[in-house]
Amino acid sequence: MAFPTLSLITLFIVVPLIFAFGLSFTNQRLISPKPTEFVGWQNYYQLLDLSFVKLAPEKDADGNLLVDKNGEYKYPRLRTLSRGNPDYEHLRGMREWNSWQLGEDRLYLMARDVVFMKAVVNTLFFVMVVAPLQGGLALVLALLINQRLRGINLYRAVFFMPVVVSIVVVSLLWRLIYDANDGLLNNLLGTLSFGLIPAVDWLGSSDTAMESIIAMSIWQAVGFHMVIWLSGLQTISPTLYEAAAIEGSSRWQTFRYVTWPGLRNTAVLVLIVITMQAFALFAQIDVMTQGGPLDSTQTIVFQAVERGYGKQDISGGSTISVLLFVIVLGISLFQRYLTREKA
Amino acid sequence: MTVSHPDNRGLRLLVRYIVLTLIALIFVFPLVFMVMSSLKPDLQLLTDTNSLRAFLPVGDISLGNYFAAFERAPVGLFVFNSVFVTGITVLLSLAVCSMAAFSFVFLNWKGRDVMLTIILATLIVPFETIAIPLLLIASKLPWLSFDGLTTGWLNTYRVQIIPFIADGLTVFLFVQYFKDLPRELIEAARVEGASWFQIFRRIVMPLSGPVIATAAILKFLAMYNQYLWPLMVVQEETYRPVMVGLQYFFQLNRAWGEIMAYLSLITLPVLAFYLYLQKAFIASIASTGVKG
Repeated sequence: MAFPTLSLITLFIVVPLIFAFGLSFTNQRLISPKPTEFVGWQNYYQLLDLSFVKLAPEKDADGNLLVDKNGEYKYPRLRTLSRGNPDYEHLRGMREWNSWQLGEDRLYLMARDVVFMKAVVNTLFFVMVVAPLQGGLALVLALLINQRLRGINLYRAVFFMPVVVSIVVVSLLWRLIYDANDGLLNNLLGTLSFGLIPAVDWLGSSDTAMESIIAMSIWQAVGFHMVIWLSGLQTISPTLYEAAAIEGSSRWQTFRYVTWPGLRNTAVLVLIVITMQAFALFAQIDVMTQGGPLDSTQTIVFQAVERGYGKQDISGGSTISVLLFVIVLGISLFQRYLTREKA
Repeated sequence: MTVSHPDNRGLRLLVRYIVLTLIALIFVFPLVFMVMSSLKPDLQLLTDTNSLRAFLPVGDISLGNYFAAFERAPVGLFVFNSVFVTGITVLLSLAVCSMAAFSFVFLNWKGRDVMLTIILATLIVPFETIAIPLLLIASKLPWLSFDGLTTGWLNTYRVQIIPFIADGLTVFLFVQYFKDLPRELIEAARVEGASWFQIFRRIVMPLSGPVIATAAILKFLAMYNQYLWPLMVVQEETYRPVMVGLQYFFQLNRAWGEIMAYLSLITLPVLAFYLYLQKAFIASIASTGVKG
């Protein structure tokens, strides 16, 4: 009786997962006349290769440092190194990702795939902001909902409402809310502040695009985790609260010594679930920004899809998928470790 | 404990309700804005964003945007596709996964525990990590039909249904539920000579209402809101679901009324369904909380 499930899960989950590993070592494309070849670690190297280069400022014939019109030192162009310079063979094809000033010298961080590196950093940023913020807000909402008040179920239903709305719908709706010219948010802020707050191009500026997506994502999903916190809250025995009340403990003390210890496993679960969902960030990007402006909202999954599907580069997309899987697996093992400790 | 003055308590209660209501408005306003905007002509819609009129059905109200949306894209077809794919997948998923869970809980067979462990382990595999290789597999899979053997599942209903029938979460929900069913009932039926399948059909499933509702709701939400997978495997309009159908409206410049009409059209039925079955929806999310 378990046969249909076992075969379906094998074919559509286990095999693709194994395939992802296999494909990441080949040059497979979706439709290609050329036979597929084994290429070893080539795909990983293409994605992950980084290199530091320290350059001394340029000097004129007399040995004086050259200065541009802004009074800054001039450095040799990186292209002269990365385009087949025999002294810097390892830099061939790499591009500048970042640079820092070190005294007179400038330290350049070169990446073979700058866009992917930005995608990794953006995804990590998204995860590190969303996980604590969404988890924390969800807990606050759960505590608010966990009071005995008339009509509290209505509020619970309302807080949860955006969860059942597709993130694709939410993203398109919020494009109008965030719109630079006619957006609801700009207009409301302008009206409420009597025109003091200037209009912001929320999604069109690389300073605010990711933050805007973060705010919207939290708005959509926070109710989900509120419900998980709530079910955790309800497992805490009422006698503990009664005991705390008899001892005359303050609200904060009750939370600190009764509620919070009882929520330990729920906390781990909520954080892990949010983290895993956050790493999969895709639909918001696809609908709202397509990774822009200036790659400020590129993400790991968006890159995997753009390559694997958009450019039909199955092996490149699979390699990114494998990297994502390794990250997620690491996090879940960490969760196991955290929850086992006390059991 | 401090004894508070009655007036003081009333004031506190009022403050609590005000806080709750303000938060509730944050969750509701964007959705109200969506629906109200769908009823207004574009020009009015945009000028209304300057004031609270954005959230009110005032001015030139009509269903014009809805008619326009239907003219722009085969909206009816998209809705049918989504309902069809979602409905079939939910039904098959309930049947297949509950059978598997039954076998894991009540039958003894070699390798059972290992298999269950593997299935539960798939819970930590995000779909996004297997989407790309799955795309390659789907493009090469054979299919037997009246036209003979064909290769490739792209642009079909089956590519949107079959990969999602079996999933670890649904199996897990049923396993958890079946474990708590009274064993004596099953043993008594065995003594009376009932087959395992009869026990499953006649005894276990009729007792499983709550878990069926939970699993159905979760699967429904996941399937109806699917985006990444149909985006990759369905290029033909004929099989496109509502979320991918949205792309017709992406390119529209400033025809926000029509966009909001389409969004409301595909969202309001789900919201109505949710508000009607609100307790069951929330209970089903809460039950995923015991996972891991």
